[in-house]
Amino acid sequence: MDLMAHILVQGTQMLLVLALAPLLTGLVRKAKARLQRRRGASVLQPYRDLVRLLRKEVVLAQNASWLFRVVPYLVFAATWVAAALVPTFATGLIFSWTADLIAITALIGSARFFLALAGMDVGTSFGGLGSSREVMISSLAEPAMIMIVFALALVAHSTQLSTIASVMLAGVGLRVSLALALVALLMVAVAENGRIPVDNPSTHLELTMVHEAMVLEYSGRHLALIELAAQLKLLLFLSLVACVFVPWGLAPVGAGVPGMALGLVSYGGKLAVGALLVAVFETSIAKMRVFRVPDFLGAALMLGLLGTLLLFVSGIL
Amino acid sequence: MQAFAQLLESGRAGPCRPFPRAQVSAEQWTTLAEHLAAGDLVLMGLWGDAGAVHMALLDEASGRLAVATCASVGGAFPSVARHHPPAARLERTVRDLYGLVPEGAPDDRPWLDHGRWGVRHPLGANLPAEPEGDAYPFLAAEGEGLHQIPVGPVHAGIIEPGHFRFSCYGETVVRLEARLGYVHKGIEGLMAGADVAQAARLAGRQSGDSTVAYALAFCRAVEAARGVSVPARAHALRGVMAELERLANHLGDIGAICNDAAFALMLAHCGVLREKVLRVCARAFGHRLMMDGVIPGGVAGDLAREGVSSIRVLVSEVRAAFPALVELYDNTASLQDRTVGTGFTRPDYVRQFGAGGFVGRASGRPFDARRVLAYPPYDRLPFEVVVRTEGDVNARVWVRIREVEESLGLIVRLLDTLPAGPVATEVPPGPGEGLAVVEGFRGDVLAFVALEADGRVRRAHLRDPSWFQWPLLETAIEGNIVADFPLCNKSFNCSYSGVDL
Repeated sequence: MDLMAHILVQGTQMLLVLALAPLLTGLVRKAKARLQRRRGASVLQPYRDLVRLLRKEVVLAQNASWLFRVVPYLVFAATWVAAALVPTFATGLIFSWTADLIAITALIGSARFFLALAGMDVGTSFGGLGSSREVMISSLAEPAMIMIVFALALVAHSTQLSTIASVMLAGVGLRVSLALALVALLMVAVAENGRIPVDNPSTHLELTMVHEAMVLEYSGRHLALIELAAQLKLLLFLSLVACVFVPWGLAPVGAGVPGMALGLVSYGGKLAVGALLVAVFETSIAKMRVFRVPDFLGAALMLGLLGTLLLFVSGIL
Repeated sequence: MQAFAQLLESGRAGPCRPFPRAQVSAEQWTTLAEHLAAGDLVLMGLWGDAGAVHMALLDEASGRLAVATCASVGGAFPSVARHHPPAARLERTVRDLYGLVPEGAPDDRPWLDHGRWGVRHPLGANLPAEPEGDAYPFLAAEGEGLHQIPVGPVHAGIIEPGHFRFSCYGETVVRLEARLGYVHKGIEGLMAGADVAQAARLAGRQSGDSTVAYALAFCRAVEAARGVSVPARAHALRGVMAELERLANHLGDIGAICNDAAFALMLAHCGVLREKVLRVCARAFGHRLMMDGVIPGGVAGDLAREGVSSIRVLVSEVRAAFPALVELYDNTASLQDRTVGTGFTRPDYVRQFGAGGFVGRASGRPFDARRVLAYPPYDRLPFEVVVRTEGDVNARVWVRIREVEESLGLIVRLLDTLPAGPVATEVPPGPGEGLAVVEGFRGDVLAFVALEADGRVRRAHLRDPSWFQWPLLETAIEGNIVADFPLCNKSFNCSYSGVDL
């Protein structure tokens, strides 16, 4: 393929994640509503919400600094780039060499760092409360994430997602270490996305919020960007799990249009199944106490570590 | 306890029915306050009047209730709160509304009056308000690393307005202080001078979720004042309405508590059941909440045969669906993890404050006005007063669960034995004074009514059960983490409107 085609495919991938992220959130919400015997809003509601927010004026606190206004763009950009790096329907895109797990972790970490700063910027008690909780959670989620990266890297001999996906596609057999890494990754994904049982994205209770408390002061287009970033992050983690642990259907390097189309269809299917699983899980469990979250993430860290150790001790487990 | 015996004796000749009321001297008043402090008596209410203060006292052991009245001297009366802290907010309210000063009171901050009414002492001298700021000195909590979190009165969800000031050490709550009064409606001022029918409608609006209990308490007080006996069918129908109200609110609460632990499934299922109850209420009594269903002298409308059968169908539906929900609650480990041990309310506080309802009964205080101060139709009905001793959120949920089952039984029994006959009787206008205590879903609602010679209300006071539950919420959250407050708060589910008057 020539350069133009490469750029076209990469551009499709970037726009695809952006376009699909609200739909995924809408799908999770719809599935949750159906499980609660409610009719629920349309799966397109997140798009409407974003449009509504973009049209609204921005209300800023008087003491908000430049940081507060800049952060939504930073958070959105970092999350979008991270989400666009994960191979969704095809591997071997033109920017695949940058699709490094450590880079993705760092991009998400930076987005969160700025959001936590912005939460404290206005000086309201809820922002500070949310930021302190978010940082507590992330300080435990990030090491667990790094451990997962190590476990995967030991199997694939690379931290690059395209390579990892290819290795997985080629078949590595059933491995205990990978199972441990998968469980750990799911736990980290729950924490990173502020889903039940770590955080409740649909709560109205200020005192229990984590992510929502940090962004309580945002409005208008700022809030739209932050919400879209959160939706992208959910998509990112689902894509990550899909790409690493269920890579079947991914268009391999140099695949033509039919391969790409198959990749797209299978990606859509994986996301839908993922959304349903998220909804079922969230419906069947209550939120845990804030101070239980370290235990939860500690378990994720231990699982990741165990997976890595197993690979060190024995190459085949 | 000689002072209380004296009060009962001298009150017998007094104007109040059916519970005695008597004037006491300042010394006797203080002696009674000391008995309250010693735990011999339970404070049931304290309210102002023109130039006097009334205090309702209950001897729990014998189930005797009496009202002591202390005339104010120079616009002041001896403080009860000085000896017995549960009276503090009631005294601050007396001061805000009547301008009567509790002498020696430990807390002289205003309570309901936020300086925004435009008048001061609206039920007393009715003075023009002084231009005051809104600076309200919250109780201090001092120490290194403590910070404050102000919450409300505007909340992120749709709930009643109230301000909560948390003093925290990290996530741990060191002190919580509530500030209420944002939904002050001046309901006591509106009732003064109204005829009893209008006042009954007002009473039913003091706290809308307990409208039946409020209207019932008020009407029973009026009927006692006028010596009217209500037809047997009216008593039974009032019982059915009161139990349906309890059923709807308990079902709603059980779901809402679980929802505050992000377990929305329970809310969805309980919400369906609650909605079914409300729709049957609308069909049977003409209003979803049965507002204005209870009127002085009886009930507003008869229950038709279709109404009886729709209630019976409802009971069987709830009986079929509810056990599965109880099992879901009991078997969801992540939910139990949140409710068990959270928001412990000390039994000694519950006794000291005389807290009723599920708050009191979950901490081992077996008080239920339907049993201790039995009134028709409960005086002839068997039912269990559900008591738990753990005092945590889980216990308050379980008291509600068992009370739902009791209510279902009571409704069936009342319908089975529904007497025929009229559903209301005339209440002839005239003077009198009455007191009534009724068990609402939150706890005991106390109503005091004094009627003029022309039958209009001279003074009416309705004391919400939450007066003695709000302070306990502040103790229950101490040492818990901030994020558990919504769960504790919902398990108390105190009324804002009811105490804001």
